[in-house]
Amino acid sequence: MKYETVIGLEIHAELATNTKIYCSCANEFGGEENTRCCPVCIGLPGVLPVLNKKVVEYCIKAGLAMNCEISHFSKQDRKNYFYPDLPKAYQISQFDLPICKNGYVPIETKNGTKNIGLTRIHIEEDAGKLMHAEFGDYSRVDYNRGGVPLIEIVSEPDMSSPEEALAFLESVRAILKCVGVSDCKMQEGSLRCDINLSIRPEGQKEFGIRSEHKNVNSFSAAYRAMQYEEKRQKAVLDAGGVIEQETRRWDDVKGVSTIMRTKEEAQDYRYFPEPDLMPVIISDEWVEEIRKTLPELPKEKFARYTGELGLSDYDAGLLSGNTGLANLFDSSIENGAGAKESANWILGDISKELNERNMEADDIPFDGAALAELIALIGKGTISGTIAKKVLPVMFEENKKPSVIVEEKGLVQITDEGAIKKIVEEVIAANPQAVSDFKVGKKQAMGFLTGQIMRASKGKANPAAVNKLLSEILPTL
Amino acid sequence: MSNLYELTAHELADKLAKKEVSSAEICENQFKRIDEVEGDVEGYITVLHDEAMAKAKEIDTKRAAGERLSPLAGIPIAVKDNICTKDIKTTCASHMLYNFVPPYNATVSEKISDLVIIGKTNMDEFAMGSSTENSYFKKTKNPYNLGCVPGGSSGGSAAVVSADEAIIALGSDTGGSIRQPASFCGVVGFKPTYGRVSRFGLVAFASSLDQIGPFTKDVEDCALLLNQITGHDVKDSTSLNVPDEDFTQYLNADIKGMKIGIPKEYMGEGISEEVRNAVLSAAKLYESMGAEVEQCSLPMTPYALAAYYMISSAEASSNLARYDGIRFGFRAKDCKDLEDVYFKTRSEGFGKEVKRRIMLGTFVLSSGYYDAYYKKAQQVRTLIREDFGKAFEKYDLLLAPTAPDTAWKFGEKSADPVQMYAADICTVSLNIAGLPGMSFPFALDKNGLPIGVQLIGKAMHDGDIIRAGYALEKNSAYTKTKPQLGGAN
Repeated sequence: MKYETVIGLEIHAELATNTKIYCSCANEFGGEENTRCCPVCIGLPGVLPVLNKKVVEYCIKAGLAMNCEISHFSKQDRKNYFYPDLPKAYQISQFDLPICKNGYVPIETKNGTKNIGLTRIHIEEDAGKLMHAEFGDYSRVDYNRGGVPLIEIVSEPDMSSPEEALAFLESVRAILKCVGVSDCKMQEGSLRCDINLSIRPEGQKEFGIRSEHKNVNSFSAAYRAMQYEEKRQKAVLDAGGVIEQETRRWDDVKGVSTIMRTKEEAQDYRYFPEPDLMPVIISDEWVEEIRKTLPELPKEKFARYTGELGLSDYDAGLLSGNTGLANLFDSSIENGAGAKESANWILGDISKELNERNMEADDIPFDGAALAELIALIGKGTISGTIAKKVLPVMFEENKKPSVIVEEKGLVQITDEGAIKKIVEEVIAANPQAVSDFKVGKKQAMGFLTGQIMRASKGKANPAAVNKLLSEILPTL
Repeated sequence: MSNLYELTAHELADKLAKKEVSSAEICENQFKRIDEVEGDVEGYITVLHDEAMAKAKEIDTKRAAGERLSPLAGIPIAVKDNICTKDIKTTCASHMLYNFVPPYNATVSEKISDLVIIGKTNMDEFAMGSSTENSYFKKTKNPYNLGCVPGGSSGGSAAVVSADEAIIALGSDTGGSIRQPASFCGVVGFKPTYGRVSRFGLVAFASSLDQIGPFTKDVEDCALLLNQITGHDVKDSTSLNVPDEDFTQYLNADIKGMKIGIPKEYMGEGISEEVRNAVLSAAKLYESMGAEVEQCSLPMTPYALAAYYMISSAEASSNLARYDGIRFGFRAKDCKDLEDVYFKTRSEGFGKEVKRRIMLGTFVLSSGYYDAYYKKAQQVRTLIREDFGKAFEKYDLLLAPTAPDTAWKFGEKSADPVQMYAADICTVSLNIAGLPGMSFPFALDKNGLPIGVQLIGKAMHDGDIIRAGYALEKNSAYTKTKPQLGGAN
């Protein structure tokens, strides 16, 4: 039978506020265990939470960037369950009155743009981290992450393939990073997702029974888990079986998922309004103030890059989907560099460096002005493109302007014909065989000699001048 | 000179200001009294002799140096053991927190930082109870009759003020836990408007109902202690952001023209004859002072008790979930896995009444029951607020019993929790509505046990209660009979 897939996602993103959601502890990743916490975020008896206003602001910002309605009246609720990483044994979250609702995020599919609906975005606190001893029968808890602010973005079941779901994840990440509310570092756990997936016979209106995967912490793992789950459910139905509502755990190393708990074991969280906090009242004025601070969103960037800047859809997509790269690109062209050259450098050599160095675009140590200067140095003929490729890694290593690096390392291109001629003559004298080859018509000998000359000049000889001189001198020999 | 411990805080403050006496002398005398009668009363969980004497001397030095001090600086105060005191054990009278030493002060503990904390007082475990019999550590006795309970949950604080083991004390009131023991022990007990006193550092029982308040020997001390502990606190989101008020301005017995209602639902079945008569004679006294007194009605009253026990237990089930044996406090031995740690720790660490309420609260919040119980209780809460709202359109103040009866004997009600809960009938509605209330000692019953009358005010009109209480105090024919203890009186 032919089936269609229905996917809904819940994305948890840590907010990049300075302090935690209910106390004044620093909101920073890592640190020595249990040093970034206080009586409030470890839930000692008698302490009370006080909501960080910035968290509400960031949630509104995310909501506006994802086309949500912002609630005027919202409240926080307690979600009760026991686990050692949850110090109060309840998580302060939002149950029935989230800050944002009814939004959408556009994604590109093979059939064009599709809007994926958002049910809601709400605020909540993160839990600590359990560390199980490798040897010995104990576990330790690190509460540094406890009380870090999160937003949970809940989609409608609008995605019909793992590819669409992946595109949605990438769009959401691009938007969150672009508006600056989350750094979305998956390796630090600041973005995680829960997957709800079901399948149904093609044409059937009712949804099939869905399974849930919790806390998947990379996009590629999410993608593979969805592909696996699609196949698993098809196999069950084709064999005449029934899909059970259950929570499954994805093992990305083995590439399989296993059952974690069944519907019967589902927890009753006993949500009720958090009596220690007042309702969150949001005025229209505040929303408008926040709206004014929204930067150009990825979709708008894409339109500008493909429109007035004339980039290809592919290049524009890569740049607009990555805030760090887009910022570098925008700043490079603001500093006078051409759009195409800037895009080529960013998507070519710079991306290659990032990959090799295992770095994120946000971590690029130089700015668009430096990139523009590098491009200008080539334009002016101060350095060749080859030399520029050598300057770039130095820019990653040392906090210096390209012109300074060129100066210090003596990389300035040799354009003086006399100096180049001297090198050409020396190389010709040292390679009589190549000269003879040239004379009997072996054209590749010219290339060999050019290479030798560039090498002798440590790459600094102006390639055009070298070619011109060689073409003049060789026939005369 | 009589013993210093028999005096009120304002009398001692005068003597301190006039340098007739030092704080160290007051405290020494206070500890002498504690030595004499604490064996009978057992009001304290922790007595802080050395810390208090050091503090008293420190305040004396500051006073001698002319430093700015609060009006009650150097006065001994007892603090209920559910209010966090930095570096001083705070147990909530529970095995669960038998060794818990908070690394921080409650906001009120900061606010009384130039008073001298002489001890932490006994209470019903986690403030759940009406007799202080639910303490893990000891049974506090009623100073007027050692065979009777002091009331609860702040029974320790009420008893130590009554027995002159403290000049003043702090308690907490979730459903009557200040007013009812104040009534039983013959002292003044005040529950402020919800949000006037910061709850930061008060170990939560039911967050939307809990409020800290004073126990004192007279109304003037009550006003002074309110001045000391009230005020907006950024650490408590439910704290009211209103300007500070000087409650001593209400120490004025002129209540002419004040309109006082007596809700008939508080005077009916279950209220003892002697208690009812006390309220009626207080009413007469008010009339004689020029107030208008008449009967009124709060028709939702019969639903208050059920709503209170559902809301308070629901919040408690969540507030007390953090006591899991993982980070602090008691942890059961010989646990085989995580679930076992939770199960054994919570089974062994909590007393019977606490477990009963956690189960009740967990039940009313459970999916499938939430609407029928918790949500319904919240709807009743709204109706009770409206009830009071209507009454206060007509009256400035309401007058009622604090408790249906005077102190009962140990064990008399502890076997039947519902009977025990019914004793809170006159006090819980105020917590549900967030209103201020005071129990004022107004008479003794035929057995020589104190009877308190309750004054209920509009939200934020705590001052009206002080004024009316002060008027009773100045005009009442009842001269307070001190409890007979230790042969000292």
